[in-house]
Amino acid sequence: MLQTRERRVGPEIPTASMADIAFLLIAFFLVTTTLNQDKGLSLQLPPVSESKEIPQKNICNIWINARDQIAFFEDAQLTPIEFTGLREEIERRLAANDKLIVSVKSERGATYRMFVDVLDELKMAGATRISIANPEE
Amino acid sequence: MADISFLLLVFFMVSTVFVRYRGIPVDLPAAEKIEKLESRRDVTNIWVGSQGIINIDDQNVPLDQVGPMIHAKMRANPRTVISIKGDGGAQFGLISDVLQELRKVEALRVNFATDRERDL
Repeated sequence: MLQTRERRVGPEIPTASMADIAFLLIAFFLVTTTLNQDKGLSLQLPPVSESKEIPQKNICNIWINARDQIAFFEDAQLTPIEFTGLREEIERRLAANDKLIVSVKSERGATYRMFVDVLDELKMAGATRISIANPEE
Repeated sequence: MADISFLLLVFFMVSTVFVRYRGIPVDLPAAEKIEKLESRRDVTNIWVGSQGIINIDDQNVPLDQVGPMIHAKMRANPRTVISIKGDGGAQFGLISDVLQELRKVEALRVNFATDRERDL
């Protein structure tokens, strides 16, 4: 008698509140999730030990001074260039020499914003080999 | 209904990474040619303020402590990417010093964090 009654009734898990709980959790994760990823300009630094001899003709030195002015440094002389013309000039040089390494040398007093702007221009011009020279050198 | 909500729940659970460090307020520079960092779990942020403050994991650290701190992180996770969140007004000399410290401890994957797209 007891056995048959148990078989007929059976235990039950209340599922009515299931959706409520799920929605509560969704709301929690919705609020805590920040979907915006970190983004920026990626660069691979060279190891400390690495120093390669590069032919002078494959290097293009860009100099940024403490007043955020840009110049090309070639044959021991500076040729100032406007920021707006930088990209075209780099594009022209890259087209002429595909092994070109662009080296950015900046005075300590230059602003980080200017450096990022120059780096961005270089990347937009399609330069993949970018080197950052030490300001102390 | 419950199926859909569970699907959403799973999505949000998987995509959630809790913000661990707030950092210091910086005015990030803007750039166009930006890349997204794939995995947030591998990213270590270094904040550099306009007044020359270096901040890692919500601690202000002197320059000579950057190397050891990052080295410990590199050992724990060799795939660490360093995201430099520098203020646009910061001096480049300081950023360069930080880069040199990173090179010394073989943290070579660096990302200069930028904010919105630049208006030309």
